[in-house]
Amino acid sequence: MVDQATTESSPDAAASPGRLGRGAGLWRVLRAIGLLRESPVAIIGSGLVLFWVVVAILAPWLSPYGPNAIDFTALADPTPSAVHWLGTDHLGRDMVSRLAWGARTVLTVAPIAVLTAYLIGCTMGMVAGYLGGWVDDLISFISDIILSFPVLILYIILISVLGPSALNIIVAVTFVSSPGIGRIARALVFDLRTREYVDAAKTRGEHPLYIMLVEILPNARGPLIVDACLRMGYTTITIGVLGFLGLGLPPPDPDWGGMVKDTTAMMVVWPHMSLFPCIAISSLVIGFNLLADGLREISMRD
Amino acid sequence: MFIVKRLGQMVLTMVIASFLVFAVMEFSPGNVASKTLGPYASPEQKQILFEKLQLDDPLIVRYGRWIGVLFGVIEDPLADPALNLGFHDPRGHHYFGNFGYSTLYKAPVNDILWDRLGNTGILAGIAFIIIVPLSMVFGVLSGMREGSAMDRGLSLTGITLTSIPEFASAVFLMAVFVVVLAWLPGTSPLEATPEWPLASQLVLPVTVLVLYDFGYVARMVRASMVEVMTKDYIRTAVLKGLPYRTVILRHALRNAMITPFTVILLQINWLITGVVVTEVIFAYPGFGRMLLEAALFGDITTVEAATLVALFVAVITRLIGDIGYMYLNPRIRLT
Repeated sequence: MVDQATTESSPDAAASPGRLGRGAGLWRVLRAIGLLRESPVAIIGSGLVLFWVVVAILAPWLSPYGPNAIDFTALADPTPSAVHWLGTDHLGRDMVSRLAWGARTVLTVAPIAVLTAYLIGCTMGMVAGYLGGWVDDLISFISDIILSFPVLILYIILISVLGPSALNIIVAVTFVSSPGIGRIARALVFDLRTREYVDAAKTRGEHPLYIMLVEILPNARGPLIVDACLRMGYTTITIGVLGFLGLGLPPPDPDWGGMVKDTTAMMVVWPHMSLFPCIAISSLVIGFNLLADGLREISMRD
Repeated sequence: MFIVKRLGQMVLTMVIASFLVFAVMEFSPGNVASKTLGPYASPEQKQILFEKLQLDDPLIVRYGRWIGVLFGVIEDPLADPALNLGFHDPRGHHYFGNFGYSTLYKAPVNDILWDRLGNTGILAGIAFIIIVPLSMVFGVLSGMREGSAMDRGLSLTGITLTSIPEFASAVFLMAVFVVVLAWLPGTSPLEATPEWPLASQLVLPVTVLVLYDFGYVARMVRASMVEVMTKDYIRTAVLKGLPYRTVILRHALRNAMITPFTVILLQINWLITGVVVTEVIFAYPGFGRMLLEAALFGDITTVEAATLVALFVAVITRLIGDIGYMYLNPRIRLT
């Protein structure tokens, strides 16, 4: 499939230091980044994502004001000005600062949520795919039940019961998306478990855990990385949507969806308050999805 | 035989899934009493309700009782006048499909739910009628010649459109058509005003749904079309000198529609139960917004009823998808 495309299958890669083994890990990473060059789509995507990552990291230094600091003088005219470059919101809070801190929120919650979903999803999928039998049946049945729910309804129920907080969003995302990840992982393991190197490891008497983690998982990484990138996009949308529905972070901490929710009623008078957070979230998700598309294109090419 | 087995699975899925929802919503009995009576209830009232609903019983027994009320076997305990809740259902106390009383809307859930579902059905129906042909045309056009300028352009547009959350595209559209041009209304309460007839209120919500969903479906159609175009029978058809149009219309198209069929059917499911955001931003009185309001208010009965209906829609669309897929693809029937 698309696995190990970077080092093993293309003839010119045979001569590269990537073949030298595990010690050349850094070289592999650099090579993978170099590969991005081949796809303009991936470059634009990673550029957008990188922009927001930098903004999120530098939020305390980039924001001219505190994210919840209120400027009463701006309330008379909250539109963009020299003092507040993107204006302020309906409470006189600086938009630049809130957008930057909002980037920090979404780029902390989304990766953690996707990571935990992957830990659980991959475990479910690998165990089901590798062991098969009744374990597989049971895990697939549980997954089917969760997947039969309309996604958004599941989120609404979970968050309205658990209460809105960053931790509960992570719990909900993990609960909702790990069955989907499990399905992908299971299909990959099904394909890989009949390979010679797995048989070889079994003959050597390796522990099933070793076979799953060392022999199978690294070879399934290609499609999983593309899926993880897409899922980062979905999760960003989910966090935005939950914020918009009033199920996001409790106020006053900035999150992009919540910023839109608070200000859409004022669209006709001050459209900038809703427009800027919408542009922010759209550009970040477009970034993730373009990156995923570019990565898939690159991995299919080899 | 296959259908009987699938129907059995369907019922099982619905029972387990609805029990899970019931368990999550009613896990703490004290919660049920205070949520039902509202914040101003006295401890005595709560005690009466507690006894009336037998909230001490284990979860599974209470779930069984809920199913009993739903099937009209037992009476809804909330209808008891002694509770002083003022609930009255003109349909009577025992009837099939008794979803109980909504504490948010102060009425039988059946009075609210079906109207709201109908409203969402209108929105979803119009969106569906637009999404399907649009994504089929664009998917086929771009999948016909993989890697062409057309293909790349459409694929980029598709990715971009599916990346924009519904609330964001709604805000963008509102900025242009409501704020700047003032051509359309910003809210869609489904009550015709002299200024904005009903049709004008539907334009923006439908557009938002189409924009969000069409890119996804088009990409599915495209992927299937690309795969079909590499098949031997297409090459044979081209090599024996058939006009390209005929090859596409008579050979490729029919086979390329098999895989996306399920995806397209699943859109019905998404359109009916996943359009909460669009309904909220345009203040549309739909099913999704009802569920959200009920969940935020703590109206347990309505949430349970709405999820059961949503699950039913989900399971039914999947069943129809499977049967249709089997019918379209004879190879599956044999195995």
